[in-house]
Amino acid sequence: MSGSSKYTPKSAFARWLERRLPILSFMHESFVAYPTPKNLNYMWTFGAILSFMLVAQILTGVVLAMHYEPDTALAFASIEHIMRDVNWGAFLRYAHANGASLFFLAVYLHMFRGLYYGSYKEPRELLWILGVVIFALMMATGFLGYVLPWGQMSFWAATVITNLFSAIPVVGNSITSWLLGGFSVDNPTLNRFFALHYLVPFIICAVVALHVWALHVTGQNNPTGVEVKDVEKETVPFTPYATFKDAFAIGVFLALYAWMTFFVPNYLGHPDNYIEANPLSTPAHIVPEWYFLPFYAILRAIPNKLLGVIALFAAVLIVAALPWLDRSKVKSARYRPLFRIFFWVFVAICLGLGYLGAQPPEGAFLISARILSGLYFLFFLVILPLLPKFEKPEPEPASVAASIAAKSAPVEEAAHG
Amino acid sequence: MANRASSHWWAFLLSAAFALAALTPQAGLCAEGSGGEKKPEPEERPLAFPWSFAGVMGKYDQDQLRRGFKVYREVCSNCHSMQLVAFRSLGEPGGPGYSEAEVKSIAASYKIKDGPNDKGDYFERPGRPSDYFPPPFANEQAARAQLNGAYPPDMSVLAKARGYHRGFPTFLFDALPGLSYQEAGVDYIASLLQGYRDAPADVKLPDGQYYNVYMPGRRLGMVPPLSDGVVTYDDKTPQTVEQYAKDVAAFLMWTAEPHLDRRKSLGRGVLAFLVVFAALLYLVKREIWSTVEH
Repeated sequence: MSGSSKYTPKSAFARWLERRLPILSFMHESFVAYPTPKNLNYMWTFGAILSFMLVAQILTGVVLAMHYEPDTALAFASIEHIMRDVNWGAFLRYAHANGASLFFLAVYLHMFRGLYYGSYKEPRELLWILGVVIFALMMATGFLGYVLPWGQMSFWAATVITNLFSAIPVVGNSITSWLLGGFSVDNPTLNRFFALHYLVPFIICAVVALHVWALHVTGQNNPTGVEVKDVEKETVPFTPYATFKDAFAIGVFLALYAWMTFFVPNYLGHPDNYIEANPLSTPAHIVPEWYFLPFYAILRAIPNKLLGVIALFAAVLIVAALPWLDRSKVKSARYRPLFRIFFWVFVAICLGLGYLGAQPPEGAFLISARILSGLYFLFFLVILPLLPKFEKPEPEPASVAASIAAKSAPVEEAAHG
Repeated sequence: MANRASSHWWAFLLSAAFALAALTPQAGLCAEGSGGEKKPEPEERPLAFPWSFAGVMGKYDQDQLRRGFKVYREVCSNCHSMQLVAFRSLGEPGGPGYSEAEVKSIAASYKIKDGPNDKGDYFERPGRPSDYFPPPFANEQAARAQLNGAYPPDMSVLAKARGYHRGFPTFLFDALPGLSYQEAGVDYIASLLQGYRDAPADVKLPDGQYYNVYMPGRRLGMVPPLSDGVVTYDDKTPQTVEQYAKDVAAFLMWTAEPHLDRRKSLGRGVLAFLVVFAALLYLVKREIWSTVEH
């Protein structure tokens, strides 16, 4: 989609640059003139929030890396050195650890927004898949980063997760020792995890660029799910309209981020990770960070290790198949009465799995986790494909403009009356 | 029409199944509590103390940190190391606030292994402010040999390495402004130190194990470390186990989180700024959008 305003270089330098590398007009087209639907709600601000968080994580992370020692004998103490002696060290570390959590919170809200408004449907399938790739890379980065402080949970999470690969028939054990750089989690593991934890975020940056590129080709979806027909009438330029709306949303999100970082920095952490890693002592309950809990619950719900691992990966990857699993022609849940119910049931299933992922896998917890894991896949594989057969969608507005006009009409009547 | 009714029925069925699944864990918990003869009684929930450093306005009580340091020095440090804490931090702002001279003399009262010297020998010298608290035992094996097999944990970050399950839905409220709770570890430590009781008749403890109602499993390898009057306070603070427990727990919170005061005061400023900043951005946004129907 191209916007209405055209970039014209004003200074001599800008004209010089424009002839050689039209980066200024590219930026203008992408972040100033880019047409954005007028009717977007605040759920559409998470793209900006996530971009902000990615940069925040890289900036805090690079400084932390300058003071961190990826050596099993020194790692735990080097974190405490950061907390005690490095200028702004405690702030940087708490900001980075809580930043990861808020990054995931934002990405989950972003994804649920996509699900609710059918943002993955034609022509945004590839945009969605790139998003799932980013999500998978984020999960890898989060896991790798959690190992670095070399606490008990770091060590045992690394042991549990790398051990999953040993479930692969024939080559499983070879893959596991290749990942570990040995036969158990040890110094080579910590070293490569540090290297990869530093590397993957930059791969994320590259995929984010593709994600934004794809978005700027198709244009944004909007709460009605009806494609923009009249750019002039139904959209506003990204700057200043979206920039300031996004800036406000980032401001609110930052307040939450600051609250977590400054006042409850250890709320989302596990106390055991303040105990240095000890290969000879297994914690009573090994639990991952909260953002992995639903998937962890699915893994443990299945009694067979290989099937459990398959279910774990399937639970993440199935999200990428959404454009083809959801057969409804209507995008937005606003006009899908049944989907709307199932959407909230699905949210509840995910929250329920998250709760169960933190509980010991026994008794009623295990039974519930099995039921909810089944329902999780049922939603994707049965409900979504079959729903259009049963559902009678409510009428969609003729256009974005019509929807805006209908929305403001009652207000005007009230004002006149 | 018939289609629509049947699809509603489907949705209802699925919601009912989900509600059932959500309810079962609680039923399971009840069943667990009543059964299991061989399982030890579950530990008691730690007491909640009114810490000066809790909450948004929280900061350490300097006198309490000094008293707690005295308890650590005279009692705990006989068995527990604190290897990540340097003497110099005792004089840093937001801590016990000892003067430079006091820190020097505290450091000098410890013997630090150093070397090799010009002759290639290792030697002991008085501590300097830049040194870290030396461990009471040379290594884990030495500690276990002398302490009936027990290995006392390092105390540097102990107050953050301990905690207890807050349960649903309490854990959700623990994150909220006004209700925030980050003191599980320090509450647990202060409770544990006053949690020794005579073991009930049906509980047989092996040698070197003590009955403590706050310890998971109720068995603890630590000799009851405190008794009334065991540490002499310079001021009029009561010299009781309860007071010692609170003071040393507060001190351990400080060793685990030495920059808490600064973190919170900085946080208040940052948060106040962000609230105003976000409000201003909202006004700008509203002004920009005021002419656009959306």
